[in-house]
Amino acid sequence: MADLTGTPEVPSTAIDIAWNVRNNVESAATVVERHLAEIDRREGDIHAFNLVLADEARARAIEIDDAVAVGRDPGPLAGVPIALKDNMCTRGIPTTCSSRILDGWKPPYDATIVTKLHDAGAIVIGKTNLDEFAMGSSTENSAFGATRNPHDITRVPGGSSGGSAAAVAAGFAAVSLGSDTGGSIRQPAALCGVVGVKPTYGAVSRYGLVAFASSLDQIGPFATTVADASLLLESISGHDPMDSTSIRQPPLEISRQLDFGVVGLRVGRITDLPEGASPDVVARLDQAFDELRAAGAEIVDVEVPAFGYGLTAYYLIAPAEASSNLARYDGVRFGHRVDAPDTNAMYMATRTEGFGAEVKRRIMLGTYALSAGYYDAYYGRALKVRRRIAADFAAAYERADVLLTPASPTVAFHLGDKTADPMSMYLCDTYTIPSNLTGDPGMSVPFGTGDDGLPVGIQVLAPALQEATMFRTAAELERRAPR
Amino acid sequence: MVRVALTVVSDRITPEAVAKVAKLARLSLSDDELQQATHQLSDMLDHFADIDALDLDGVEPMTHPTPIANVMREDIEQDCLDRDEVLAGAPAAEDGRFRVPPIVGLDD
Repeated sequence: MADLTGTPEVPSTAIDIAWNVRNNVESAATVVERHLAEIDRREGDIHAFNLVLADEARARAIEIDDAVAVGRDPGPLAGVPIALKDNMCTRGIPTTCSSRILDGWKPPYDATIVTKLHDAGAIVIGKTNLDEFAMGSSTENSAFGATRNPHDITRVPGGSSGGSAAAVAAGFAAVSLGSDTGGSIRQPAALCGVVGVKPTYGAVSRYGLVAFASSLDQIGPFATTVADASLLLESISGHDPMDSTSIRQPPLEISRQLDFGVVGLRVGRITDLPEGASPDVVARLDQAFDELRAAGAEIVDVEVPAFGYGLTAYYLIAPAEASSNLARYDGVRFGHRVDAPDTNAMYMATRTEGFGAEVKRRIMLGTYALSAGYYDAYYGRALKVRRRIAADFAAAYERADVLLTPASPTVAFHLGDKTADPMSMYLCDTYTIPSNLTGDPGMSVPFGTGDDGLPVGIQVLAPALQEATMFRTAAELERRAPR
Repeated sequence: MVRVALTVVSDRITPEAVAKVAKLARLSLSDDELQQATHQLSDMLDHFADIDALDLDGVEPMTHPTPIANVMREDIEQDCLDRDEVLAGAPAAEDGRFRVPPIVGLDD
Protein backbone atom coordinates (compact mmCIF):
# COMPACT_ATOMS: atom_id res chain seq x y z
CA MET A 1 0.00 0.00 0.00
CA ALA A 2 2.92 2.32 -0.64
CA ASP A 3 2.22 5.84 -1.87
CA LEU A 4 2.88 5.63 -5.57
CA THR A 5 2.04 9.18 -6.58
CA GLY A 6 4.45 10.52 -9.16
CA THR A 7 6.99 7.75 -8.66
CA PRO A 8 7.74 4.69 -10.76
CA GLU A 9 5.65 1.75 -9.63
CA VAL A 10 7.05 0.24 -6.44
CA PRO A 11 6.55 -3.52 -6.42
CA SER A 12 4.38 -4.67 -3.53
CA THR A 13 3.35 -8.19 -4.51
CA ALA A 14 5.54 -11.14 -3.61
CA ILE A 15 5.71 -12.20 -7.25
CA ASP A 16 6.98 -8.77 -8.40
CA ILE A 17 9.42 -8.44 -5.52
CA ALA A 18 10.89 -11.88 -6.12
CA TRP A 19 11.18 -11.25 -9.87
CA ASN A 20 13.00 -7.97 -9.28
CA VAL A 21 15.35 -9.41 -6.67
CA ARG A 22 16.17 -12.54 -8.70
CA ASN A 23 16.86 -10.43 -11.77
CA ASN A 24 18.91 -7.84 -9.92
CA VAL A 25 16.41 -5.06 -10.64
CA GLU A 26 16.04 -4.21 -6.96
CA SER A 27 18.02 -5.40 -3.95
CA ALA A 28 16.46 -7.37 -1.11
CA ALA A 29 17.98 -4.77 1.22
CA THR A 30 15.91 -2.02 -0.44
CA VAL A 31 12.78 -4.13 -0.23
CA VAL A 32 13.32 -4.76 3.48
CA GLU A 33 14.01 -1.07 4.23
CA ARG A 34 10.83 -0.06 2.43
CA HIS A 35 8.75 -2.44 4.56
CA LEU A 36 10.52 -1.47 7.80
CA ALA A 37 9.78 2.18 7.02
CA GLU A 38 6.12 1.35 6.61
CA ILE A 39 6.20 -0.48 9.96
CA ASP A 40 7.83 2.58 11.57
CA ARG A 41 5.12 4.79 10.16
CA ARG A 42 1.99 2.87 11.20
CA GLU A 43 2.78 0.01 13.58
CA GLY A 44 2.16 2.28 16.59
CA ASP A 45 -1.48 2.59 15.51
CA ILE A 46 -2.02 -0.98 14.39
CA HIS A 47 0.07 -3.27 16.62
CA ALA A 48 0.29 -6.11 14.13
CA PHE A 49 3.53 -7.44 15.60
CA ASN A 50 4.64 -8.95 18.88
CA LEU A 51 8.20 -8.67 17.61
CA VAL A 52 9.72 -6.91 14.58
CA LEU A 53 12.91 -8.66 13.45
CA ALA A 54 14.58 -5.65 11.82
CA ASP A 55 18.21 -6.70 12.39
CA GLU A 56 17.59 -10.29 11.36
CA ALA A 57 15.70 -9.20 8.24
CA ARG A 58 18.49 -6.81 7.20
CA ALA A 59 21.13 -9.51 7.70
CA ARG A 60 19.07 -11.99 5.70
CA ALA A 61 18.58 -9.44 2.89
CA ILE A 62 22.35 -9.12 2.55
CA GLU A 63 22.63 -12.92 2.23
CA ILE A 64 20.01 -12.87 -0.53
CA ASP A 65 21.70 -10.01 -2.36
CA ASP A 66 25.09 -11.73 -2.05
CA ALA A 67 23.64 -14.88 -3.56
CA VAL A 68 22.20 -12.95 -6.51
CA ALA A 69 25.53 -11.14 -6.97
CA VAL A 70 27.38 -14.43 -7.47
CA GLY A 71 24.73 -15.80 -9.81
CA ARG A 72 22.92 -18.11 -7.38
CA ASP A 73 19.13 -18.12 -7.39
CA PRO A 74 17.83 -17.55 -3.83
CA GLY A 75 14.46 -19.13 -4.73
CA PRO A 76 10.91 -18.31 -5.78
CA LEU A 77 10.34 -16.00 -2.79
CA ALA A 78 13.70 -14.22 -3.09
CA GLY A 79 13.73 -11.12 -0.91
CA VAL A 80 10.03 -11.32 -0.06
CA PRO A 81 9.31 -9.95 3.44
CA ILE A 82 6.99 -12.31 5.32
CA ALA A 83 5.36 -12.04 8.75
CA LEU A 84 4.73 -15.16 10.85
CA LYS A 85 1.96 -15.65 13.36
CA ASP A 86 3.60 -15.84 16.77
CA ASN A 87 2.54 -19.45 17.34
CA MET A 88 5.11 -20.74 14.84
CA CYS A 89 8.43 -21.78 16.31
CA THR A 90 11.52 -19.79 15.36
CA ARG A 91 14.76 -21.12 16.81
CA GLY A 92 16.25 -18.79 19.41
CA ILE A 93 13.56 -16.15 18.78
CA PRO A 94 10.73 -15.73 21.31
CA THR A 95 7.50 -17.47 20.32
CA THR A 96 4.78 -16.33 22.68
CA CYS A 97 1.35 -17.37 21.32
CA SER A 98 0.45 -13.94 22.81
CA SER A 99 0.37 -15.63 26.22
CA ARG A 100 2.17 -14.77 29.43
CA ILE A 101 2.65 -18.45 30.10
CA LEU A 102 5.39 -18.60 27.44
CA ASP A 103 7.25 -15.55 28.84
CA GLY A 104 10.93 -15.90 28.13
CA TRP A 105 10.67 -19.13 26.14
CA LYS A 106 12.73 -19.46 22.96
CA PRO A 107 12.08 -22.51 20.79
CA PRO A 108 15.05 -24.87 20.35
CA TYR A 109 14.08 -25.55 16.73
CA ASP A 110 12.51 -24.00 13.64
CA ALA A 111 9.05 -24.98 12.39
CA THR A 112 9.18 -26.79 9.03
CA ILE A 113 7.50 -23.82 7.34
CA VAL A 114 10.32 -21.56 8.61
CA THR A 115 12.89 -23.85 7.00
CA LYS A 116 10.91 -24.01 3.77
CA LEU A 117 10.54 -20.23 3.63
CA HIS A 118 14.28 -19.85 4.19
CA ASP A 119 15.00 -22.31 1.39
CA ALA A 120 12.65 -20.34 -0.90
CA GLY A 121 14.54 -17.08 -0.22
CA ALA A 122 11.90 -15.33 1.91
CA ILE A 123 12.80 -12.91 4.70
CA VAL A 124 10.99 -13.18 8.04
CA ILE A 125 10.32 -9.59 9.12
CA GLY A 126 8.41 -10.23 12.34
CA LYS A 127 6.17 -12.34 14.57
CA THR A 128 2.54 -11.25 14.57
CA ASN A 129 -0.03 -10.81 17.29
CA LEU A 130 -2.86 -13.31 17.79
CA ASP A 131 -5.65 -14.18 20.18
CA GLU A 132 -3.91 -16.10 22.96
CA PHE A 133 -3.13 -19.61 21.70
CA ALA A 134 -5.23 -18.76 18.61
CA MET A 135 -8.46 -18.74 20.64
CA GLY A 136 -10.62 -15.88 19.43
CA SER A 137 -12.01 -14.06 16.43
CA SER A 138 -10.83 -10.49 16.99
CA THR A 139 -7.18 -10.52 18.23
CA GLU A 140 -8.40 -8.79 21.37
CA ASN A 141 -7.55 -11.82 23.59
CA SER A 142 -3.82 -11.09 23.46
CA ALA A 143 -1.69 -10.68 26.56
CA PHE A 144 0.08 -7.88 24.64
CA GLY A 145 -2.99 -5.85 23.65
CA ALA A 146 -5.30 -5.83 20.65
CA THR A 147 -4.36 -5.48 16.99
CA ARG A 148 -6.33 -2.88 15.02
CA ASN A 149 -7.75 -3.03 11.52
CA PRO A 150 -5.65 -0.98 9.03
CA HIS A 151 -8.85 0.08 7.23
CA ASP A 152 -10.24 1.64 10.44
CA ILE A 153 -8.23 1.50 13.64
CA THR A 154 -11.35 1.65 15.81
CA ARG A 155 -12.23 -1.81 14.50
CA VAL A 156 -10.83 -5.30 14.99
CA PRO A 157 -8.82 -7.09 12.29
CA GLY A 158 -10.60 -10.36 13.03
CA GLY A 159 -8.80 -13.31 14.50
CA SER A 160 -7.14 -15.25 15.66
CA SER A 161 -4.50 -14.47 12.99
CA GLY A 162 -5.37 -10.76 13.13
CA GLY A 163 -1.75 -9.61 13.30
CA SER A 164 -0.82 -11.53 10.15
CA ALA A 165 -3.87 -10.19 8.27
CA ALA A 166 -3.24 -6.61 9.41
CA ALA A 167 0.48 -6.82 8.55
CA VAL A 168 -0.33 -7.63 4.92
CA ALA A 169 -3.22 -5.16 4.68
CA ALA A 170 -0.98 -2.38 6.03
CA GLY A 171 1.92 -3.21 3.70
CA PHE A 172 4.24 -4.20 6.58
CA ALA A 173 4.97 -7.49 4.81
CA ALA A 174 4.22 -8.64 1.27
CA VAL A 175 2.73 -11.88 2.58
CA SER A 176 2.26 -13.65 5.91
CA LEU A 177 1.32 -16.95 7.46
CA GLY A 178 -1.47 -17.67 9.89
CA SER A 179 -3.06 -20.75 11.38
CA ASP A 180 -6.72 -21.66 10.96
CA THR A 181 -8.53 -23.93 13.42
CA GLY A 182 -12.09 -22.65 12.90
CA GLY A 183 -11.63 -19.72 10.53
CA SER A 184 -8.63 -17.95 12.03
CA ILE A 185 -7.12 -17.18 8.60
CA ARG A 186 -10.23 -16.67 6.47
CA GLN A 187 -12.24 -14.42 8.83
CA PRO A 188 -9.41 -11.91 9.46
CA ALA A 189 -8.56 -11.98 5.74
CA ALA A 190 -12.16 -10.96 5.02
CA LEU A 191 -12.15 -8.21 7.64
CA CYS A 192 -8.80 -6.80 6.48
CA GLY A 193 -9.52 -7.03 2.73
CA VAL A 194 -6.76 -9.53 1.88
CA VAL A 195 -6.64 -13.08 0.53
CA GLY A 196 -6.48 -15.81 3.20
CA VAL A 197 -6.30 -19.56 2.67
CA LYS A 198 -6.88 -22.61 4.87
CA PRO A 199 -5.36 -25.47 2.87
CA THR A 200 -6.45 -29.12 3.02
CA TYR A 201 -5.72 -30.69 6.42
CA GLY A 202 -2.27 -32.23 6.17
CA ALA A 203 -1.18 -30.28 3.07
CA VAL A 204 1.17 -28.03 5.07
CA SER A 205 3.41 -29.40 7.82
CA ARG A 206 2.51 -28.35 11.35
CA TYR A 207 5.84 -29.35 12.85
CA GLY A 208 6.66 -26.33 15.01
CA LEU A 209 3.14 -24.89 15.04
CA VAL A 210 2.09 -24.65 18.68
CA ALA A 211 -0.92 -26.97 18.89
CA PHE A 212 -4.42 -25.68 19.68
CA ALA A 213 -6.78 -28.39 18.37
CA SER A 214 -4.76 -30.99 16.54
CA SER A 215 -7.50 -32.50 14.37
CA LEU A 216 -8.40 -29.03 13.06
CA ASP A 217 -5.26 -26.82 12.96
CA GLN A 218 -3.77 -25.93 9.61
CA ILE A 219 -1.19 -23.32 8.49
CA GLY A 220 -1.96 -21.13 5.48
CA PRO A 221 -1.06 -17.92 3.64
CA PHE A 222 -2.26 -14.31 3.63
CA ALA A 223 -1.51 -12.18 0.55
CA THR A 224 -2.77 -9.14 -1.33
CA THR A 225 -3.40 -11.21 -4.47
CA VAL A 226 -4.63 -14.71 -5.24
CA ALA A 227 -1.46 -15.33 -7.28
CA ASP A 228 0.78 -14.45 -4.31
CA ALA A 229 -1.21 -16.74 -2.00
CA SER A 230 -0.83 -19.50 -4.57
CA LEU A 231 2.95 -19.07 -4.85
CA LEU A 232 3.36 -19.02 -1.07
CA LEU A 233 1.17 -22.08 -0.54
CA GLU A 234 3.11 -24.01 -3.17
CA SER A 235 6.33 -23.09 -1.36
CA ILE A 236 5.23 -24.32 2.06
CA SER A 237 3.15 -27.40 1.15
CA GLY A 238 4.31 -30.99 0.72
CA HIS A 239 5.00 -34.04 2.85
CA ASP A 240 7.03 -33.69 6.05
CA PRO A 241 8.12 -36.79 7.98
CA MET A 242 8.22 -34.64 11.14
CA ASP A 243 4.42 -34.25 11.10
CA SER A 244 2.55 -37.55 11.32
CA THR A 245 -0.63 -35.94 9.92
CA SER A 246 1.20 -34.66 6.84
CA ILE A 247 -0.24 -36.07 3.59
CA ARG A 248 2.20 -38.19 1.59
CA GLN A 249 2.25 -36.25 -1.62
CA PRO A 250 4.33 -33.61 -3.40
CA PRO A 251 3.74 -29.86 -2.94
CA LEU A 252 0.45 -28.52 -4.30
CA GLU A 253 0.41 -27.29 -7.90
CA ILE A 254 -1.91 -24.33 -8.20
CA SER A 255 -0.39 -21.41 -10.10
CA ARG A 256 -0.47 -23.02 -13.56
CA GLN A 257 -4.29 -23.10 -13.47
CA LEU A 258 -4.95 -19.62 -12.07
CA ASP A 259 -5.92 -18.12 -15.43
CA PHE A 260 -7.99 -21.06 -16.66
CA GLY A 261 -11.27 -19.29 -15.85
CA VAL A 262 -14.49 -20.91 -14.68
CA VAL A 263 -16.27 -21.90 -17.90
CA GLY A 264 -18.31 -25.03 -17.17
CA LEU A 265 -17.33 -25.03 -13.50
CA ARG A 266 -20.20 -26.03 -11.19
CA VAL A 267 -20.43 -23.44 -8.41
CA GLY A 268 -22.70 -24.47 -5.55
CA ARG A 269 -25.07 -22.16 -3.70
CA ILE A 270 -26.01 -23.63 -0.31
CA THR A 271 -29.76 -23.16 -0.05
CA ASP A 272 -29.95 -24.04 3.65
CA LEU A 273 -26.97 -21.96 4.73
CA PRO A 274 -27.31 -20.84 8.38
CA GLU A 275 -28.72 -17.34 8.72
CA GLY A 276 -26.87 -14.52 10.39
CA ALA A 277 -25.01 -12.80 7.56
CA SER A 278 -25.78 -9.10 7.36
CA PRO A 279 -27.54 -7.71 4.24
CA ASP A 280 -24.43 -5.95 2.88
CA VAL A 281 -22.50 -9.25 2.95
CA VAL A 282 -25.40 -11.22 1.44
CA ALA A 283 -25.62 -8.66 -1.40
CA ARG A 284 -21.95 -9.18 -2.26
CA LEU A 285 -22.37 -12.96 -2.17
CA ASP A 286 -25.28 -12.70 -4.62
CA GLN A 287 -23.15 -10.49 -6.83
CA ALA A 288 -20.30 -13.04 -6.70
CA PHE A 289 -22.62 -15.76 -8.00
CA ASP A 290 -23.78 -13.38 -10.79
CA GLU A 291 -20.21 -12.61 -11.79
CA LEU A 292 -19.21 -16.27 -11.92
CA ARG A 293 -22.30 -17.07 -13.97
CA ALA A 294 -21.35 -14.24 -16.35
CA ALA A 295 -17.86 -15.77 -16.55
CA GLY A 296 -19.32 -19.07 -17.74
CA ALA A 297 -19.80 -21.02 -14.52
CA GLU A 298 -22.93 -23.04 -13.85
CA ILE A 299 -24.59 -22.08 -10.55
CA VAL A 300 -26.19 -25.11 -8.88
CA ASP A 301 -28.29 -25.27 -5.71
CA VAL A 302 -27.05 -27.73 -3.09
CA GLU A 303 -28.08 -28.57 0.45
CA VAL A 304 -25.77 -29.07 3.42
CA PRO A 305 -28.34 -29.78 6.17
CA ALA A 306 -25.81 -30.28 8.98
CA PHE A 307 -23.86 -27.07 8.19
CA GLY A 308 -25.52 -25.19 11.02
CA TYR A 309 -24.52 -27.78 13.62
CA GLY A 310 -20.85 -27.13 12.87
CA LEU A 311 -20.60 -24.39 15.48
CA THR A 312 -21.69 -26.70 18.30
CA ALA A 313 -19.52 -29.60 17.12
CA TYR A 314 -16.54 -27.28 16.81
CA TYR A 315 -16.95 -25.61 20.20
CA LEU A 316 -17.08 -29.01 21.88
CA ILE A 317 -14.29 -30.69 19.87
CA ALA A 318 -11.79 -27.80 19.71
CA PRO A 319 -11.86 -27.01 23.46
CA ALA A 320 -11.65 -30.74 24.23
CA GLU A 321 -8.50 -31.07 22.17
CA ALA A 322 -7.17 -27.78 23.55
CA SER A 323 -7.68 -28.86 27.15
CA SER A 324 -5.40 -31.79 26.41
CA ASN A 325 -2.83 -29.88 24.31
CA LEU A 326 -2.52 -27.06 26.82
CA ALA A 327 -1.92 -29.43 29.74
CA ARG A 328 1.78 -29.16 28.84
CA TYR A 329 1.93 -25.57 30.17
CA ASP A 330 2.57 -26.52 33.77
CA GLY A 331 5.58 -24.40 34.68
CA VAL A 332 8.05 -27.25 34.16
CA ARG A 333 9.35 -27.07 30.59
CA PHE A 334 8.33 -23.77 29.01
CA GLY A 335 8.78 -20.16 30.05
CA HIS A 336 6.79 -18.98 32.99
CA ARG A 337 6.54 -20.46 36.51
CA VAL A 338 4.93 -19.23 39.71
CA ASP A 339 6.90 -20.75 42.59
CA ALA A 340 5.01 -22.81 45.16
CA PRO A 341 6.00 -25.35 47.82
CA ASP A 342 4.94 -28.44 45.84
CA THR A 343 4.37 -29.34 42.21
CA ASN A 344 0.58 -29.39 42.32
CA ALA A 345 0.39 -25.92 43.84
CA MET A 346 3.02 -24.77 41.32
CA TYR A 347 1.02 -26.13 38.36
CA MET A 348 -2.12 -24.40 39.56
CA ALA A 349 -0.50 -21.06 40.39
CA THR A 350 1.39 -21.02 37.09
CA ARG A 351 -1.62 -21.82 34.93
CA THR A 352 -3.93 -19.47 36.84
CA GLU A 353 -1.53 -16.56 36.39
CA GLY A 354 -0.24 -17.50 32.94
CA PHE A 355 -3.45 -18.06 30.97
CA GLY A 356 -5.94 -15.36 29.97
CA ALA A 357 -9.71 -15.54 30.50
CA GLU A 358 -10.68 -16.99 27.10
CA VAL A 359 -8.06 -19.74 27.26
CA LYS A 360 -9.24 -20.69 30.74
CA ARG A 361 -12.84 -20.70 29.54
CA ARG A 362 -12.04 -23.08 26.69
CA ILE A 363 -9.89 -25.34 28.82
CA MET A 364 -12.76 -25.65 31.31
CA LEU A 365 -15.33 -26.21 28.56
CA GLY A 366 -13.12 -28.89 27.02
CA THR A 367 -12.37 -30.55 30.32
CA TYR A 368 -16.10 -30.63 31.04
CA ALA A 369 -16.93 -32.08 27.61
CA LEU A 370 -14.40 -34.86 28.20
CA SER A 371 -15.19 -35.56 31.83
CA ALA A 372 -16.68 -38.80 33.13
CA GLY A 373 -20.46 -38.82 32.76
CA TYR A 374 -20.51 -36.13 30.07
CA TYR A 375 -18.15 -37.55 27.44
CA ASP A 376 -20.88 -39.36 25.49
CA ALA A 377 -23.30 -36.44 25.63
CA TYR A 378 -20.81 -33.80 24.53
CA TYR A 379 -17.58 -34.91 22.91
CA GLY A 380 -18.96 -38.22 21.66
CA ARG A 381 -22.03 -36.65 20.06
CA ALA A 382 -19.95 -33.81 18.59
CA LEU A 383 -17.77 -36.37 16.80
CA LYS A 384 -20.87 -37.95 15.29
CA VAL A 385 -22.15 -34.56 14.16
CA ARG A 386 -18.75 -34.02 12.58
CA ARG A 387 -19.20 -37.20 10.54
CA ARG A 388 -22.66 -36.03 9.49
CA ILE A 389 -21.29 -32.69 8.31
CA ALA A 390 -18.52 -34.40 6.33
CA ALA A 391 -21.10 -36.67 4.67
CA ASP A 392 -23.29 -33.70 3.75
CA PHE A 393 -20.37 -31.87 2.15
CA ALA A 394 -19.30 -35.00 0.27
CA ALA A 395 -22.84 -35.22 -1.16
CA ALA A 396 -22.80 -31.53 -2.12
CA TYR A 397 -19.49 -32.00 -3.92
CA GLU A 398 -21.09 -34.70 -6.07
CA ARG A 399 -23.08 -31.89 -7.65
CA ALA A 400 -20.74 -28.90 -7.34
CA ASP A 401 -17.00 -28.39 -7.86
CA VAL A 402 -16.79 -25.49 -5.41
CA LEU A 403 -19.16 -23.80 -2.95
CA LEU A 404 -19.47 -20.09 -2.18
CA THR A 405 -20.43 -18.61 1.21
CA PRO A 406 -19.63 -15.45 3.14
CA ALA A 407 -16.28 -15.73 4.95
CA SER A 408 -17.56 -13.63 7.85
CA PRO A 409 -21.18 -12.79 8.73
CA THR A 410 -20.32 -9.07 8.89
CA VAL A 411 -17.63 -6.56 8.01
CA ALA A 412 -15.11 -5.62 10.73
CA PHE A 413 -16.76 -4.77 14.05
CA HIS A 414 -15.59 -2.30 16.68
CA LEU A 415 -13.14 -3.20 19.42
CA GLY A 416 -15.00 -4.26 22.54
CA ASP A 417 -18.26 -5.05 20.70
CA LYS A 418 -18.19 -8.78 21.41
CA THR A 419 -15.76 -9.21 24.30
CA ALA A 420 -18.43 -9.33 27.02
CA ASP A 421 -20.37 -12.15 25.36
CA PRO A 422 -18.20 -15.11 24.29
CA MET A 423 -21.08 -16.72 22.39
CA SER A 424 -21.48 -13.66 20.14
CA MET A 425 -17.77 -13.89 19.30
CA TYR A 426 -18.04 -17.61 18.51
CA LEU A 427 -20.79 -16.90 15.95
CA CYS A 428 -18.19 -15.09 13.80
CA ASP A 429 -16.94 -18.54 12.79
CA THR A 430 -20.28 -19.93 11.58
CA TYR A 431 -19.31 -20.09 7.90
CA THR A 432 -15.65 -21.07 8.27
CA ILE A 433 -15.88 -23.86 10.86
CA PRO A 434 -17.21 -26.70 8.67
CA SER A 435 -14.09 -26.98 6.50
CA ASN A 436 -11.93 -27.45 9.61
CA LEU A 437 -14.21 -30.24 10.74
CA THR A 438 -14.10 -31.94 7.32
CA GLY A 439 -10.45 -31.16 6.55
CA ASP A 440 -11.37 -29.60 3.19
CA PRO A 441 -9.73 -26.39 1.97
CA GLY A 442 -11.34 -22.95 2.02
CA MET A 443 -10.23 -19.42 1.23
CA SER A 444 -11.47 -15.86 1.52
CA VAL A 445 -11.04 -13.48 -1.39
CA PRO A 446 -11.82 -9.75 -1.16
CA PHE A 447 -14.95 -8.84 -3.11
CA GLY A 448 -15.94 -5.21 -2.81
CA THR A 449 -17.08 -3.40 0.30
CA GLY A 450 -20.04 -3.50 2.64
CA ASP A 451 -21.33 -1.21 5.38
CA ASP A 452 -19.12 1.81 6.11
CA GLY A 453 -16.98 1.05 3.07
CA LEU A 454 -15.28 -1.87 4.81
CA PRO A 455 -14.00 -4.96 2.96
CA VAL A 456 -16.17 -8.03 2.33
CA GLY A 457 -14.64 -11.46 1.80
CA ILE A 458 -16.24 -14.25 -0.23
CA GLN A 459 -15.35 -17.76 0.90
CA VAL A 460 -14.63 -20.39 -1.75
CA LEU A 461 -14.81 -23.99 -0.49
CA ALA A 462 -13.58 -27.09 -2.32
CA PRO A 463 -13.09 -30.80 -1.65
CA ALA A 464 -9.84 -32.06 -0.12
CA LEU A 465 -6.76 -31.40 -2.28
CA GLN A 466 -8.76 -29.48 -4.90
CA GLU A 467 -6.87 -26.25 -4.14
CA ALA A 468 -6.21 -25.63 -7.84
CA THR A 469 -9.94 -25.43 -8.60
CA MET A 470 -10.58 -23.33 -5.49
CA PHE A 471 -7.85 -20.85 -6.45
CA ARG A 472 -9.06 -20.73 -10.06
CA THR A 473 -12.50 -19.66 -8.79
CA ALA A 474 -10.98 -17.12 -6.41
CA ALA A 475 -8.86 -15.69 -9.23
CA GLU A 476 -11.99 -15.14 -11.32
CA LEU A 477 -13.68 -13.38 -8.40
CA GLU A 478 -10.57 -11.26 -7.94
CA ARG A 479 -10.65 -10.19 -11.60
CA ARG A 480 -14.34 -9.32 -11.35
CA ALA A 481 -14.33 -7.78 -7.87
CA PRO A 482 -16.22 -4.48 -7.59
CA ARG A 483 -13.74 -1.59 -7.29
CA MET B 1 -23.99 -53.65 32.30
CA VAL B 2 -26.14 -50.92 33.80
CA ARG B 3 -27.07 -48.26 31.31
CA VAL B 4 -27.32 -44.81 32.86
CA ALA B 5 -29.64 -42.27 31.35
CA LEU B 6 -27.78 -40.32 28.69
CA THR B 7 -27.09 -36.77 29.81
CA VAL B 8 -28.17 -34.28 27.20
CA VAL B 9 -26.33 -31.12 26.27
CA SER B 10 -29.10 -28.88 27.56
CA ASP B 11 -28.50 -29.89 31.18
CA ARG B 12 -27.31 -26.70 32.83
CA ILE B 13 -23.95 -26.66 34.50
CA THR B 14 -23.72 -25.91 38.25
CA PRO B 15 -21.07 -23.86 40.10
CA GLU B 16 -20.01 -27.10 41.81
CA ALA B 17 -19.40 -28.76 38.46
CA VAL B 18 -17.41 -25.75 37.22
CA ALA B 19 -15.30 -25.79 40.38
CA LYS B 20 -14.57 -29.47 39.86
CA VAL B 21 -13.64 -28.93 36.23
CA ALA B 22 -11.36 -26.01 37.14
CA LYS B 23 -9.60 -28.19 39.67
CA LEU B 24 -9.14 -30.97 37.13
CA ALA B 25 -7.67 -28.42 34.72
CA ARG B 26 -5.36 -27.05 37.43
CA LEU B 27 -6.96 -23.62 37.38
CA SER B 28 -7.94 -21.67 40.46
CA LEU B 29 -11.02 -19.43 40.28
CA SER B 30 -12.11 -16.65 42.62
CA ASP B 31 -15.78 -16.67 43.71
CA ASP B 32 -16.58 -13.98 41.14
CA GLU B 33 -14.77 -15.87 38.41
CA LEU B 34 -16.62 -19.05 39.34
CA GLN B 35 -19.99 -17.31 39.09
CA GLN B 36 -19.06 -15.72 35.76
CA ALA B 37 -17.68 -18.98 34.35
CA THR B 38 -20.83 -20.84 35.39
CA HIS B 39 -23.01 -18.24 33.69
CA GLN B 40 -20.93 -18.23 30.49
CA LEU B 41 -20.60 -22.00 30.25
CA SER B 42 -24.36 -22.34 30.81
CA ASP B 43 -25.01 -19.94 27.94
CA MET B 44 -22.74 -21.95 25.71
CA LEU B 45 -24.23 -25.29 26.66
CA ASP B 46 -27.72 -23.87 26.03
CA HIS B 47 -26.63 -22.91 22.55
CA PHE B 48 -24.93 -26.27 22.00
CA ALA B 49 -28.18 -28.05 22.87
CA ASP B 50 -29.13 -27.73 19.19
CA ILE B 51 -27.51 -31.12 18.53
CA ASP B 52 -29.72 -32.85 21.11
CA ALA B 53 -32.46 -33.07 18.49
CA LEU B 54 -30.30 -34.97 16.00
CA ASP B 55 -30.73 -38.71 15.61
CA LEU B 56 -27.13 -39.90 15.60
CA ASP B 57 -27.71 -43.60 16.19
CA GLY B 58 -25.30 -45.67 14.17
CA VAL B 59 -23.20 -42.68 13.07
CA GLU B 60 -19.50 -43.46 13.35
CA PRO B 61 -17.61 -40.83 15.42
CA MET B 62 -15.13 -38.82 13.33
CA THR B 63 -12.00 -38.00 15.30
CA HIS B 64 -9.85 -36.86 12.42
CA PRO B 65 -10.29 -35.51 8.86
CA THR B 66 -8.08 -38.10 7.19
CA PRO B 67 -8.18 -41.85 7.85
CA ILE B 68 -4.55 -42.29 8.82
CA ALA B 69 -3.21 -44.79 11.32
CA ASN B 70 0.02 -44.63 13.30
CA VAL B 71 2.88 -43.27 11.24
CA MET B 72 6.30 -44.81 11.86
CA ARG B 73 9.70 -43.65 10.72
CA GLU B 74 12.66 -45.87 9.92
CA ASP B 75 14.43 -46.91 13.10
CA ILE B 76 17.67 -45.13 12.36
CA GLU B 77 19.89 -43.00 14.56
CA GLN B 78 19.48 -39.26 14.04
CA ASP B 79 20.09 -35.97 15.77
CA CYS B 80 17.59 -34.82 18.36
CA LEU B 81 17.10 -31.44 20.01
CA ASP B 82 20.07 -29.99 21.86
CA ARG B 83 19.55 -30.65 25.57
CA ASP B 84 21.08 -27.41 26.81
CA GLU B 85 18.99 -25.40 24.36
CA VAL B 86 15.83 -27.16 25.53
CA LEU B 87 16.65 -26.66 29.21
CA ALA B 88 17.48 -22.99 28.59
CA GLY B 89 13.77 -22.42 27.88
CA ALA B 90 12.66 -23.98 31.18
CA PRO B 91 11.96 -21.95 34.34
CA ALA B 92 14.50 -24.02 36.30
CA ALA B 93 17.04 -26.69 35.40
CA GLU B 94 19.77 -28.52 37.25
CA ASP B 95 22.28 -31.21 36.27
CA GLY B 96 20.83 -31.53 32.78
CA ARG B 97 17.26 -31.97 33.98
CA PHE B 98 14.12 -29.91 34.56
CA ARG B 99 14.01 -28.84 38.21
CA VAL B 100 10.66 -28.91 40.03
CA PRO B 101 9.48 -28.38 43.61
CA PRO B 102 8.94 -31.48 45.81
CA ILE B 103 6.35 -33.92 44.45
CA VAL B 104 5.80 -36.02 47.59
CA GLY B 105 6.64 -35.95 51.25
CA LEU B 106 5.54 -32.46 52.26
CA ASP B 107 3.03 -33.84 54.75
CA ASP B 108 5.58 -36.04 56.54
